[in-house]
This record gives sequence, structure tokens and C-alpha cells, in this order.
Amino acid sequence: MTDVRWRRLDPRMLVVGPLKNLMQLLPFLLVVLLTGRSGDLNQVWFAISGAAVVVLAGVLRWRTTRYRITDERVELHTGWLRRERRSVPRDRIRTVDLTASPLHRVFGLSVVQVGSATGGASTLDRSARMDLDAVSKTEAERLRRELLDRTSVAAPPVHRPAAEIARLDWSWLRFAPLTFSSLAGAGAVAGAGFNLLIEAGVDPRDIGVVDDTARRVATAPLWVGVGLAGAALLVVAGVGSLLLFAERWSGYRLTREPDGSLRVRHGLFTTRSLSVSHERLRGAQMSEPLLLRAGRGAQTRALSTGLRDGGSGAIAPPAPRVEAHRLAAAALQADPAEATRAALVPHPRAALHRRLTRAVLPTVALVAAVWVVDERTGLASLLLLPAAVWLAVDRYRGLGHALTARHLVTRLGGLRRRTVALQRDGVIGWTFRQSVVQRRAGLVTAEAVTAAGRGGYVVLDVAVSDAVALADATTPDLLRPFLAGARHAGHGERAVVTAQEHRS
Amino acid sequence: MHPDVVAAPLPELPLRPPAHRVHPRAVTWWRLRAAAGVLVVAVPAVVLLVLVGTAWTVGLLAVTLAAGAAYVVAVPPWLYRISRWEVTDRAVYTMHGWLVREWRIAPISRVQTVDTQRGPLQQLLGLADVTVTTASARGAVRIRGLAADDAADLARVLTATTQATPGDAT
Repeated sequence: MTDVRWRRLDPRMLVVGPLKNLMQLLPFLLVVLLTGRSGDLNQVWFAISGAAVVVLAGVLRWRTTRYRITDERVELHTGWLRRERRSVPRDRIRTVDLTASPLHRVFGLSVVQVGSATGGASTLDRSARMDLDAVSKTEAERLRRELLDRTSVAAPPVHRPAAEIARLDWSWLRFAPLTFSSLAGAGAVAGAGFNLLIEAGVDPRDIGVVDDTARRVATAPLWVGVGLAGAALLVVAGVGSLLLFAERWSGYRLTREPDGSLRVRHGLFTTRSLSVSHERLRGAQMSEPLLLRAGRGAQTRALSTGLRDGGSGAIAPPAPRVEAHRLAAAALQADPAEATRAALVPHPRAALHRRLTRAVLPTVALVAAVWVVDERTGLASLLLLPAAVWLAVDRYRGLGHALTARHLVTRLGGLRRRTVALQRDGVIGWTFRQSVVQRRAGLVTAEAVTAAGRGGYVVLDVAVSDAVALADATTPDLLRPFLAGARHAGHGERAVVTAQEHRS
Repeated sequence: MHPDVVAAPLPELPLRPPAHRVHPRAVTWWRLRAAAGVLVVAVPAVVLLVLVGTAWTVGLLAVTLAAGAAYVVAVPPWLYRISRWEVTDRAVYTMHGWLVREWRIAPISRVQTVDTQRGPLQQLLGLADVTVTTASARGAVRIRGLAADDAADLARVLTATTQATPGDAT
């Protein structure tokens, strides 16, 4: 193997690194400076030496960080007191993410995050990721192309333009208040706003209007107070969710790169770029949380190996359902009717009974418990029963599965409905689970095991014979020797460990 | 037909049960483990009985011990009848579970690591578990309660088979 030159991070990190650290240290420095008695120079010296250490650490970090990309591996050496040498085989690289905080953007830098799959359970831990913080934007772009495109080593890249699959339609902003994460985020925005006022030395209670309103509400009947607080919360949540959506999804573009990988770019202040190579894609998921579903919207995610569950993997903002289907299909390079939009086989009636008992029985127990404590509240809690029945029926209606030419499609869930189209090649095993109740109802839950996303996707409460037939059709040859009626280790199968070898 | 391969109870799935049973000593292992669990529950009941000493606490202790004893006597042999495993040159296949029965099938070509584990009770009884991990976070297949030697052999054979099978196993 030829010697490949070691590279340093971008020299601009000599400024950005210490600056970032200083900004993190700023509250602390302010406290040190402000709490000192006036004229006490010790405080000033303390603050200055603190700042100096931080700047020095940033410089040292730049000096001691080196990386290189050889034909086989990506290597990263960091640290001075505690040296760290990391190395990832290039064929294990699953994703390359480019992110840039506002500070990075001012200086034209990007952080490159290399996601890889190491063996087994360690796929889940952080060590499966390597961060280059940071390199110039052009270098980041070059690294992304080089790391994902295995063929460019052999042949010079053909310059085809990236094909655009989707870009942001601002009318999708209407879905922002319908997503729970946005609602949760809105709370954070409100909290941050309140903090900002406090930090600025303004107590909201000192503002005349606010104080006056607060006093009026305090003297009004309880339900008025609760109603007003609820309405205020909704307004804040709504506005916050719109702001978050705008920050997160401004400039959204989904493209198919010349090397065949899928690329998502979005973000207003912090720009994010996610690339999923074609070889690593295992499927697509359409998520429809209850509110979003009520608004006929959905969000599309890519199921790729090397992506951690949660948050990552979103390849589109919440969008109209038809559009979400189209994007999922485009990601999989299939017809929507062959992917998430396939006609699904409903599950047996017994599945409905199971959904009903599982929703209604705990609710009955809850209502009974509340009744014992307080009869009036108990009476009111009876309203929970129809809600539980409705949820159960809705969950049952959501159940469905299908097997298309290249995909296994399964749908489940009510509050968090999701439709998953998993590539049949991506299924690397099966788990069947059956409780006593399911056994008596002739149902089973089949889970298709895969290396991507959550690691397994279930087909809930399906008739036993259908479950096995579905699994057998999805992964031909895997189940065949184990089907009822098949002979033990017969028909071309060789038992690796026979009963004789297995001394018992 | 091997003595190991017995007629299975009615299949709940149109899958035949895996060929092999685990080691019979696994029954003892499950019994000891269950007994330890019963003790953990019974000790607070005894303490309550000593401190309070009403008929109610006597009843609580009696019910705990009766249920525990029934479990220790009845469930482990049942588990033994259900727990089965099989390894071919193409796949690992297991079945286990009492209230919730579970069948797992993983192709050899997707196996990444093969480990054996032995807890303290298992060491006492000369037993071991074999865990076969695939690239999936949810795909691990575990064969519980093999004789320690058999587990080591199986792990060796599986590792060799896995290495002979090309691909990056994802």
C-alpha cells in the first residue's frame, strides 16, 4: 500500500476551536468577573488564565489531530495527554454526515461525521462514529464523495449532475404544529425565551401588562385560568413549532447523487447534510403520528445500516401523505405501489379482539381504581372507555402487510402509525413470538430482523400459517428446511452439529 | 432417528421444532434459579410476618411459598420440553419460552460473532449458553443451557462455518 499523506484539520480551526470553547466558558467567566468585589484583580487574572487554557487546548487539539484515508481505512489520531488512534475499514462506512454550526459556517467549515458498522452489539455505541471537527467545506464535500463512492478509486468519476427528487414546499409548514417533537421543542423555545428575559435582567412580573393580567387571572374563576393557560400554551407551541420547522427544514433538498447515494440537505442556522449510500439502504418508513395523520400528513425516513435509531434517518420534513409515499418510493427506486403504498392484506378478526382486550381491560381497571378514590372523577373517567375502544379499532384498521416484488411491507400502530417497506434482501433472519393468548387465537407476531433502523420490524397478530408463508416467501430457502413436514437436516441441508456429536 | 429427536407436541406454527434438546441438567439450573427468585420474594414476607405477625401475613407467606414451589416443580421440566435448538450449515434455529414462545432463525451467512456465556449457577452445573450475534440489534439468537463442552464445540464449529461464508454480514 502506498503511503498516504496525513492531513490536518483546517487551520481555521485554530480560531474556531478556541472561540467555541470560549463561548461555552462565557457564562462561567462572566460569573467569575461579576461576583468579584470591584478592584479585586485576582478575579480578572483567574478569568484570563482560564481563557488562556481554553485557547491553548484548542491549539493543541488542532496540532495533535491528524487523519488520512488510505485505500482500505480511514484513520484518525487525536489527543496529546490521552492519545487516541481510531481506524475504520472503508468497506464498513455506512453514512457520511456533514453538519455546520453557525460558527462553522461563518468560517466556511463543516464537521464530517463518518458512521460505520462495527461487529455485533457495538453497532449501537458511539465508537461506531468518527468525527472530523472540522475541515473546509470543499474538503468535506470531497471526503463525502470519496468515502461513499467506492468505484471512484478505480475509474475517474463521470460528472453527471445530481438529480433532484424533492425540495421544500413552504405550504408543508402547516404540518409543523401537528408533530409531537415540534410541540416538545416549542416548550423548549418558550423556556429559552423566559430564560433570556431573566438573563437580560427583566422579570416578566415587572412588566406592567403581564403583572396586571396575572392578577386578573388569579382572581377569576379556576376554569378561566386553566383555559387561558391552555390557550396560551397552544399558541406558544404553535408558533414555536413553526419556528423550529423553519430552522430545521429551510433549504431542504433531496437528491440522488451521481454515485447513486441519497443525499438530504436542510437547515437554516445549522445546516445538515446526510448521505446514505445505495448499498446501505435497507428500506423506507412512513411515520404518521395521530395528529399528523389527522392532517393527512406523513414523514419519510430512510432505513439504512450505520444510522442510529431515533431522529436520524429523516429524509423529508412532514409532508402530504401522497408526497411522503412518493419520497419513500423514490428513495427505494421503486414504484409507490410496490413500496409503502402497496395494497395491504388486513389481519384476521382475532387481531381486533386482541387489540380490544389490550386497550379496554387496563382502562376498565383504571376507571375502577379512580372510582374507588373519588366517585365523581370516576364517572368522568368513564369517557376513557369509548376512547380506548376507538383507539383499539383504529389500531386494528392500521394492521396490514404485503409482499411485493422487492419489498416486505408492514403497517401497524395507532398513535404512532408507521408503514415500513423493507427490502427483501435486507431481511437477515426471523423471530416469531406467540403468547398464550395469541396461541389460543391462532395468531403470531412475526419480526423481520434487519441490520438497519430499529433492527427488526414486526408484522403484528397475523394468522400462524400466513406468518410462516410470508416469511418463507420473503427469504426463500431460509425457512424451508424448518417448515412442518420438512425432514430434519434433509434435502441438501447438512446438519453441522448432529445429535451424536452433541453429547447429552 | 436419534433418541434426542422426540415427537413434538402439536406445533403452534407450521414450523417443525428444532432437532435438539438442551442438556437435561438445565432443568436443575432453572429450578435453582427459580428457587433463588422465590427466596427473594419470600424474605420480605418472612420479615413482615416477624414484625406484624397477623393471620394476614401468615397467609401471604403461605401463598408466596405455595406459588413458588409450584413454579419450581412444574415449570422447569416444561421449559425443557419446549427449549430446542438446531444448527445447519445454512441457519441457526431456536425455540424457547414458556408463556411467550419464541422461534428465532438466523442465516449463518449473516452471523457476525459467536460467544459463550456461563453464569455462576451454570458454572456449578457445567452448563453454558451460546449467543450468535448478527448485524441487527435485535437479531441475536441464544441457545441456553448446553453442556459446557458442547457449547465450546458448537461455538468453534459456528465460528469456522461463519468465517468460511463470504460477505460483510449486513
